[in-house]
Amino acid sequence: MLGQYLPILIFILLGIVMGVLPILGGWILGPKKPNKEKLAAYECGFPAFEDARLPFDVRYYLVAILFIIFDLETAFFVPWAVVLNDIGWFGFWAMMIFLGLLVIGFIYEWKKGALEWE
Amino acid sequence: MIHDIFILIYTLIKVVLITLPLLLFVAYLTYLERKIIGYIQGRIGPNRVGIYGLAQPFADFFKLLTKELIIPTASNRYLFLIAPVLALVPALAAWAVIPFSEGLVLSNINAGLLYLFAISSLGVYGILIAGWASNSKYALLGAMRSAAQTISYEIAMGFAFVGVLMASGTLNLQDIVLHQQGGILHWFWIPLLPLFFVYWVSAVAETNRAPFDVAEGESEIVAGFHVEYSGMTFAIFFMAEYANMILVSAIAALLFLGGWLSPFENIPVLDAWFDWVPGFAWLLLKTSGFLFLLIWLRATFPRYRYDQIMRLGWKVLIPITILWIVVLGFSIESHLGPWFTEERMAITHDTFVG
Repeated sequence: MLGQYLPILIFILLGIVMGVLPILGGWILGPKKPNKEKLAAYECGFPAFEDARLPFDVRYYLVAILFIIFDLETAFFVPWAVVLNDIGWFGFWAMMIFLGLLVIGFIYEWKKGALEWE
Repeated sequence: MIHDIFILIYTLIKVVLITLPLLLFVAYLTYLERKIIGYIQGRIGPNRVGIYGLAQPFADFFKLLTKELIIPTASNRYLFLIAPVLALVPALAAWAVIPFSEGLVLSNINAGLLYLFAISSLGVYGILIAGWASNSKYALLGAMRSAAQTISYEIAMGFAFVGVLMASGTLNLQDIVLHQQGGILHWFWIPLLPLFFVYWVSAVAETNRAPFDVAEGESEIVAGFHVEYSGMTFAIFFMAEYANMILVSAIAALLFLGGWLSPFENIPVLDAWFDWVPGFAWLLLKTSGFLFLLIWLRATFPRYRYDQIMRLGWKVLIPITILWIVVLGFSIESHLGPWFTEERMAITHDTFVG
């Protein structure tokens, strides 16, 4: 069964080649006439005022944290969903309790305003 | 030893046989998009290069190939060059598990859907690294927006996948399609209708397409994460985006519209008439339908505001999916017909366990 994963590895390697080759081709065929203005970061024609790596909104970080929680939840759901037909009502209700806890957390986030982007 | 090398070469040939048509499809998708949007807006679209402008994608390719690769002084040059490759690889590698017809799949792994879910979420690294390595304000803003948007919609998409798993009882993409046998009414789009919509909206958002293209947002942050890219490095991002469009359309066709199955199955006369059509043609037709929808959406809708996108993702799509998973669980446990009867649930169960 593991042999089935070999084509995936080959596909990934070929994907890397497909990405690198055109860039190399462009490097060889394209002109190379750099100058200071051309290599400066784009900022509507002005020289950049300050460093581009500005502090960003904390909400992006919050979204990332929430994403981890919910993505883990999905990871727990996958094996359950595959065998749902075999585990019957007991399995169904067990998962509903888990889902209920998460929904309470979700409602809490919502009420606290973690999902607001005004 | 020789046998192993033979297998390796044989696999490589199969991989190339998938990749080359895919890249050709990507090239012509760009042409089709410009042509379709042109007609929707009462223009003609590209018509100068070749007959009906059919050579346009190649002209574009060679133009981009001979353009200068600009690497800004302020950027991290290695990350800057790695980012486009990182964006392209997942978009291509995901095709390893897509079944094109019954038995026609490169690697028939049992964790097919999980693999798709995992590898399609890797695409965000390319965008994030591109935005950060460029060291430009617009690029950073675009990358942050894109990353937050992609991960938000990934949750809804993941729950939509869970719904498909519940209904089919397997992660194997081929078995998921086989589970939808028995005509158009047995395809998953009916029992999973809300999840189908949620999946499609998330797919549009995941590929950063209009109306959810704030990551590029030409009118506000010029081109977002690829503002500093030129020539071939830009082309690679472009290819990745279009390969992803085809991918999400193919997944939609496989999971919700019966993949390669004929829509005329079990319809007396039509079934016999369309018997000669190969399964691959149906899959291509369904995928193309979704692609047309993507282009149509872009031509029709104005861009969403960023807070509206986040609200739609978190406060509308996620509650809908959670609700529908509960409903689905109830209907599967009580064997609601005609989709979840004992016999139907047994279809894939046997192939999966056996």
